[in-house]
Amino acid sequence: MTPEEWTAVRLSLLVATTATLASLPFGVAIAWLLARRRFWGKSLLDTLVHLPLILPPVVTGYLLLISFGKRGPIGAFLDEQFGIVFSFRWTGAALACAVMGFPLLVRAIRLSIEAVDTRLESAAGTLGANPLWVFATVTLPLCLSGVIAGAILCFAKSMGEFGATITFVSNIPGETQTLPSLIYTLTQIPGGDAGAMRLTLVSIAISMVALMGSELLARRIGIRRMAG
Amino acid sequence: MSLEVDVDHGRESFRLSARFSAAPGLTALFGRSGSGKTTLVDIVGGLIRPDRGKVAIDGQALVDTERGLFVPKHRRRIGYVFQDSRLFPHLSVRSNLLYGRWFAGDGGAAADLASVVELLGIGHLLERRPDSLSGGEKQRVAIGRALLAQPRLLLMDEPLASLDEARRAEILPYIERLRDAAGVPILYVSHSVTEVARLATTVVILTEGRVTAVGPVADILPLADAGDAGGVLDAVVARHDEAFQLSVLTSAAGDLQVPRLSAPAGAPVRAYIRARDVMLSLRPPEEISALNVLAGRVVAIVPTANGAQADVRLDCNGANLTARLTAKSVQRLALAPGRPVYAVIKSVSFERS
Repeated sequence: MTPEEWTAVRLSLLVATTATLASLPFGVAIAWLLARRRFWGKSLLDTLVHLPLILPPVVTGYLLLISFGKRGPIGAFLDEQFGIVFSFRWTGAALACAVMGFPLLVRAIRLSIEAVDTRLESAAGTLGANPLWVFATVTLPLCLSGVIAGAILCFAKSMGEFGATITFVSNIPGETQTLPSLIYTLTQIPGGDAGAMRLTLVSIAISMVALMGSELLARRIGIRRMAG
Repeated sequence: MSLEVDVDHGRESFRLSARFSAAPGLTALFGRSGSGKTTLVDIVGGLIRPDRGKVAIDGQALVDTERGLFVPKHRRRIGYVFQDSRLFPHLSVRSNLLYGRWFAGDGGAAADLASVVELLGIGHLLERRPDSLSGGEKQRVAIGRALLAQPRLLLMDEPLASLDEARRAEILPYIERLRDAAGVPILYVSHSVTEVARLATTVVILTEGRVTAVGPVADILPLADAGDAGGVLDAVVARHDEAFQLSVLTSAAGDLQVPRLSAPAGAPVRAYIRARDVMLSLRPPEEISALNVLAGRVVAIVPTANGAQADVRLDCNGANLTARLTAKSVQRLALAPGRPVYAVIKSVSFERS
């Protein structure tokens, strides 16, 4: 593999890992809200979370560009106040991936929280645990396999994200050129087929490892719960 | 400890409108299924917010809808033993037991793990997982878990309902020990007359969402409108008759001979006498097989709904007893309030529970 290809693989792993880990706490919180609380605007929040799943990725990328770009309202604010810049940076790629993977993350976690028996939660309450402790000691351990499944889905989505990323942060080698972007580039130039094929195989390998890893984790949790 | 409850809750289809206070000991909430017992206990435990009313423990208000006060369940320090034990499946028995201790703070002298484990006989289960326990074991662990959170009141919602007869017999002594030894006041929901007769200090009878009677178990239970009604006699084991495998009990109403008990001489016991096991005679019966004859006086005659039978309430030297007779027998003996009678009870009709 060429150094350019290695760079793209490394960048993709960095972007996907960052996107997954950074969106996980928000994903768990919103999944819990949607699963356990009734509040005004709940269906609006639900729709908003799911929007990236149904919108064309290019549209999502464009919306990110006009809001988080250097001249966008949020982007300008973050740049001035905290010096955080998303546009044409790998962090922007991570943001795009996080937004695109978020519906998958929330959906998986929400379903697993809904499967946790609320009667156990109220029992924990009568034993003196406040709602936050109930969540940490009862709900979260019991829905952990769903959290892992959601995280893996988000990671896999991030590894493959193309449309929103390229629209938002373009395709800059070494900065925003992720694995799918490079494959796309290679298919556009004469003699790039071999490189595209190599990266395709790498892509397949990473996806399979991630999937098997999640299976293994889920099974270990399952075994720990069954045994002893 | 004193618990004061005065609440209204519900929709048009079912209204709960209950007012009672509970003293120390075990207070049984007794009534048919659908009478609102569980709703009432959920209100006390903080699982349900009542539409209107007050709940207070020792004068401290937990709920007062007029003042907009509602103490959330995790700040009430009220233990709750559910019908379905609700043990945490991801934790060992030991971690389940210690769960509430994390939050109970440091006043840990009252109930430590060792004494609770000893009280409930669950030492051999500590390292097991809840799903490997039997129903009876689960309930004992659930009781221990609630106890270790150091509650000032323990709620028990039909803790024996999901268990078979043998498992019930296994747990009942532990609940008695809890009532007598641990000193934690208990609010106990049940629709079983035998359980209430055996465990309760005070009985609150709930009928279609309303409290219809409150008082000491021996006074109230005979009034309960249940197919299995009867009388309760507080007694002391006088001696054991080893030759015939009998125990002799002394009570206010007189001596009773019952199948051999395991309790030692001098131990207090409670005899529950079902109304349909009591026979009445106008003269002291002679040459009959029944070993127990108690002299008393008719207090009241209450016909059953269809009038074919009647519950004859007796006063046997201060103790309440009820006999279920046919309307024909009531007429044949010309029974009426004030009439002296003899209650005849076969020893074999006593069940060991």
